[in-house]
Amino acid sequence: MKKTGKRFFGGGLGQLTIPLIAIALLVIFNLFRDPSFFSIDLSHNSDGNIVLAGNLISIINGASELAILAMGMTLVTAACGGQDISVGAAAAIAGSVFVKVLKTAGHINGGTVLLAFVCACIVAMLFGTFNGVLVAVFKIQPMIATLILYTCGRSIAYWINGGATPTVSSPIISAIGSFIPGIPIPTPVLIVVLMAILFKLLFHFTSLELFTQSVGINGSAARLNGINATFIKLLSFIILGVCVCVAGSIGVSRLGLINHETLLLDIEMDTILAVAIGGNSLGGGRFKISGSIIGAYVIQMLTITLYAMKVSSTDVKAYKAIVIVLLVVIGSPVVKEKFSKLVGPNMYRHKKAVVKGGEE
Amino acid sequence: MKNLFGKRKEPLTNTQLLMTITIGIFVVMYILAMTLLGGGFLHTQQIFDMLNDNASLIIVSCGLTIVMIGGGIDISVGAVTSLVVMSCVLYLNNGGNVFVSILLALGIGLGFGLVQGFLVSYLEIQPFIVTLAGMFFARGMTTILSVNPQKVDHAAFSKLRDAKIEISWLGYTAKNGNVVPARIELGVVVALACIVLVFILLKYLRLGRNFYAMGGNQTSALMLGINVKRTRFMSYILSGLLSGISGFVFMMHTGAGNATNAAGMEMNAIASSIIGGTLLTGGVGNVIGTLFGTLTLTTIKKIVVSSGLNDPWWQSITTGGMLCFFILLQSVVLSRRSKGKKS
Repeated sequence: MKKTGKRFFGGGLGQLTIPLIAIALLVIFNLFRDPSFFSIDLSHNSDGNIVLAGNLISIINGASELAILAMGMTLVTAACGGQDISVGAAAAIAGSVFVKVLKTAGHINGGTVLLAFVCACIVAMLFGTFNGVLVAVFKIQPMIATLILYTCGRSIAYWINGGATPTVSSPIISAIGSFIPGIPIPTPVLIVVLMAILFKLLFHFTSLELFTQSVGINGSAARLNGINATFIKLLSFIILGVCVCVAGSIGVSRLGLINHETLLLDIEMDTILAVAIGGNSLGGGRFKISGSIIGAYVIQMLTITLYAMKVSSTDVKAYKAIVIVLLVVIGSPVVKEKFSKLVGPNMYRHKKAVVKGGEE
Repeated sequence: MKNLFGKRKEPLTNTQLLMTITIGIFVVMYILAMTLLGGGFLHTQQIFDMLNDNASLIIVSCGLTIVMIGGGIDISVGAVTSLVVMSCVLYLNNGGNVFVSILLALGIGLGFGLVQGFLVSYLEIQPFIVTLAGMFFARGMTTILSVNPQKVDHAAFSKLRDAKIEISWLGYTAKNGNVVPARIELGVVVALACIVLVFILLKYLRLGRNFYAMGGNQTSALMLGINVKRTRFMSYILSGLLSGISGFVFMMHTGAGNATNAAGMEMNAIASSIIGGTLLTGGVGNVIGTLFGTLTLTTIKKIVVSSGLNDPWWQSITTGGMLCFFILLQSVVLSRRSKGKKS
């Protein structure tokens, strides 16, 4: 935190500027529209627990899966210079395995839930490996390679559960999906924090961050410097697999059932958007996971704001698109350059002469 | 195409090689289906049905092939198709004119192409994000126009919709003795015309060659004096325009507008282009290959249905498997060739 503060006062947040501006704009817009948007109150849920409720909580809670997937996607984007479009389908598979194991085990207690999670994790990591091998070993573009799983993933999820949408109900599942008794914060939020800490520790104790960036910037140069580029790419897909499994399990636990068609539908597009809004280049290279997480909350906040304005859930997409285009236009290098040229002469008139002199 | 296995007088380019593989696999697969499954595959109507059902997909894939050859991507095509269908249906139902509705379709497609092309080429925003926003916008606008399915109720349009080219000598004799002529919808004619035009554009016109140059190596293209920005702009305009045409053809086929029209069409179009030998990295691709890519995809689906795998999941699982096969094959073939060139 100290470091961020220092850089903030130093006059720039680098790539985090755009997502933070976006959040600030949304907050200001909502303050003018309806200040009660931000009210948070304590209420009793159906189980009699005291829980936090309000628009802000539902934003932070609802963006959990997106934030978790965005973390993994950032790594894949940085290492491979492409995106995984199969995360939604893979999450459906992970969710199906999760439910299938619970159904096979018969009774639901802490042990079986853990077992189901581990099984789902292994399956998700296997599919991640499949994508990773196609990308890293066969040198196929990530979007094309993951198109395979995108096409058939939801059908595989359907097939795992034999064409049914089974339900699971248990206090443990609802504790994962909504609230742990006694804690007023939604559990998915806690899981996001946990995942963020895990990523932070991973980057702190290993050189993964540096290696990923160097592979993303120039793969062959990284290889010549003794970095195993193939392995780094593969690893990024496997880590995304873990994220997919966590997101899928949360998604299943929220509803208490697996629906292969609707579980995390279209989330791959939102995830890529979160990575892009976070200021990460979709062409690979330098990255900031924190940017992607903020990007995820920007998207969710936008959605909830639109819902609060009584826009129907199917129409939200059109308004979202306009805001996204505005954001990326502001963030585009060409516009920045033009803008600084436009503002520059008026604001720093004395500097203009110096520059002109320099040119001559 | 010459000297496929002979001495290497004139080696195949990557584009030709990948296209030849696709056409070969399509022919082999179709012959296998004819001999092993028989039934519908023995009638020529089967091929025409495949074309009838997929005319709009073929048109969209043509546009996508152009963009992909130029090294970009356009995932808004399916959503634009859907928006065009919905707006034309509503326009016709409110007493519109068929000719104006065609202009409307072209106008919407052109509008999307202009905006997206401008954002991608002149503001240098990543094409995936721009066209993703375009997709969201088009899908959202479709539901804003109407959430409920709308059927076209328009006399002049119904005539156009029901117009079919019938070729009696290609038909077959039904069980009751009647001769059923082969039926081709007008959309197929439009689709084939689009393919021919795009083929000529890519093969013989300067703009088309510029697409290849830009997709192959942008810096070299710039140094050769090609206006890269304008060329990229043109590729998105063409793609948008073709999406508009595809929307009208889609409406001629179904005669109704629905918010879920053409769902997932962008991914099918990308898959068709890839199977047809277009590389997403740009610079390699051919529109004839794309046509066979679409036909291959459809044939797989038809084979799955007629071989009795009725569970709903088999169609996409086999499609995914075939996609995997083609992608791996291309990767292996291309890497072997590049190794061969080096040695």
